[in-house]
Amino acid sequence: MTSDKSFYEFISNGVPGPEQKVDADNAIMPARKLAFSRFKELGLPTVKTEEWRYTNIQRFLKDAFTLAQEEQGAVTAEQLSNAGIPQLDSYRAVLVNGRLQANLSTLPSGGKITVSKISDAAGNTQLQAWFDKHPHLQSQPFAALNAALFADGLFIEAGVNAALDKPIHIIHVYTASANAFIQPRHLVLLHKSATLEIIESAIGLNDAAITFVNGVTEVVLEENAELWHYNIQSTIKNSRHIYHTSATQKADSRYHHFNFTLPSAELTRNNLSVALTGSNTETNLHGLYLATGSQHVDNHTFVDHLVANCNSNELYKGVLLDDANGVFTGKIHVHQDAQKTNAFQQNNNLLMSEKANINSQPQLEIYADDVKCSHGFTVGRFSEESLFYLRSRGIGEEAAKSLLVNAFAFDITDQVHIPALQDFLADKIRQYVAGAINN
Amino acid sequence: MLTIKNLHAEVDGKKILKGINLEIRKGEMHAIMGPNGSGKSSLSSVLAGRENYTVTEGEVIFEGKNLLDLSPEDRAREGLFLAFQYPVEIPGVSNLHFLKTALNEIRTYHNLPPLESKEFLKLTKEKQQLVDFNANLMNRSLNEGFSGGEKKRNEVFQLAMLDPKLAILDETDSGLDIDALRIVAAGVNKLRNADKAFMVITHYQRLLEYIVPDFVHVLYNGQIVKTGTKELALELEEKGYDWLKEEVHQKESV
Repeated sequence: MTSDKSFYEFISNGVPGPEQKVDADNAIMPARKLAFSRFKELGLPTVKTEEWRYTNIQRFLKDAFTLAQEEQGAVTAEQLSNAGIPQLDSYRAVLVNGRLQANLSTLPSGGKITVSKISDAAGNTQLQAWFDKHPHLQSQPFAALNAALFADGLFIEAGVNAALDKPIHIIHVYTASANAFIQPRHLVLLHKSATLEIIESAIGLNDAAITFVNGVTEVVLEENAELWHYNIQSTIKNSRHIYHTSATQKADSRYHHFNFTLPSAELTRNNLSVALTGSNTETNLHGLYLATGSQHVDNHTFVDHLVANCNSNELYKGVLLDDANGVFTGKIHVHQDAQKTNAFQQNNNLLMSEKANINSQPQLEIYADDVKCSHGFTVGRFSEESLFYLRSRGIGEEAAKSLLVNAFAFDITDQVHIPALQDFLADKIRQYVAGAINN
Repeated sequence: MLTIKNLHAEVDGKKILKGINLEIRKGEMHAIMGPNGSGKSSLSSVLAGRENYTVTEGEVIFEGKNLLDLSPEDRAREGLFLAFQYPVEIPGVSNLHFLKTALNEIRTYHNLPPLESKEFLKLTKEKQQLVDFNANLMNRSLNEGFSGGEKKRNEVFQLAMLDPKLAILDETDSGLDIDALRIVAAGVNKLRNADKAFMVITHYQRLLEYIVPDFVHVLYNGQIVKTGTKELALELEEKGYDWLKEEVHQKESV
């Protein structure tokens, strides 16, 4: 295939449509069909589409893909060990090419928190009530495509007042030996006053073929619920990722989301959006992207203040090396009724090479008159004086740069409440800096 | 310990050092004085290895090694320390973590195992008391939000922790009030011993009332134009630098 038209044709005609899908999810089949016609209507974005101006998605869709999912079997416990986070004590849900593998997983059981395949839970009325309903997903072609043709994914439900003793770690393993277009999908539903921590990460086992992942996670926080949601993106070079994470927050709920985009997927496009439908909510969106080579990292965020007295705070920081390209678009919409809103947004970048590039655009739309909102954007280079200061104390160049990148990222990593995850990230930063110096 | 021979250096094509000769032996305290722009801070920068300086002529031998061949970190590991005129603030790097990293990098260079946390903390406490450094500042980010005096005291604390053979203090006294100056000077005096040497760069004689030098050198126009004992500093305080400048120009015209 050589153009988006052919990718579009391939999706529309070349593969079985939703009506032919045989997964046991008949109850959500109408939703799939609806999504499919929505996708056809929206069409694929081009660089003329405002939200895709700085990310030419066409060039990432040129290759021939297959939607056929390879079944499990090839993944061994040893291969999985590379996907872990050392010292992390957690439940574990392992998904191979988007499908949950019970034999490789350790799921919470017997309590008020259930983790199941979305296909198995298709009859669940709660799932049906929320599935593909998030308002922000309705205009997103890739989200529509996912809803129509997603492979499988998780339905995580936490009952009233439920809490777990440790986080749930969702590990994606991608095994494709031929170019594959894989579409996982989750729905996370926390009922009143429930609390949960979720870490999601991915590994690719085969660098010979291209893995294109188009994932969607919907999050629903009922009154007073709290979710810590960590997304770690550190897969193989030959992979391309588009994620939509869309959350709905009801009154008094708290949502803490983290996007860590690390080397070395060639494309990462994150669409993160939060709809604040109840008052007195707290939303913290943290992002850290460390890009190298010719990586393209695009973060689109949208905080939708629909009602009064909500607080949102967003901090995205990036370090870019080599020819890496970064995009940040942060939209805050404060509706007329959303008085007493506090909405803050900050994007800071550190460029470590002449050729690295960042496009950052804050978009504030404020229709209420009694609000506190701010946004800021900085781009800087490495401080030579700081580097010299550290080196003059006997600290080698690599360790000094590592200290400085860690310091730059500190505002973000300091917010991580899981020590093993903090250590893991510090280690990733060390590796990133070491790679930068040895290049 | 340190031998500087005919050292010439420039920055952005501008000649700054024009033939410095200096010999420092262990246990000695040398003061470098001179008017603004004479090259005092440049000398310290060249010795510590600041990258925007280009050495065009001459050599520097430190403990038998060619100092100019070494990276800034290796100079520090060989026992050279520069107390900065303007210490850098690094938010997000804690003072303690920074010192531990530095200390262990130096130990690794000398094939020593890293210090155990317990030993490190013991050493920290000991040195912090020795140079009267506020313990509350140790867990804070490196120099972030420190007052001018606190930054300079942190330089002396680092000096105490890293225990170099040769310490260069670059205008450590400038901008300090008298109380802070006394504390800084007392710290330095406690660190003086028969094996350690100091090069104290200052614009003002005041510091030398608290840190008494063995030698005073006057730097002017990139060269050491006069060397004497502490009495020379007093003379400079009284008469200023103009008489020296005239002397130099007379010599040149002869």
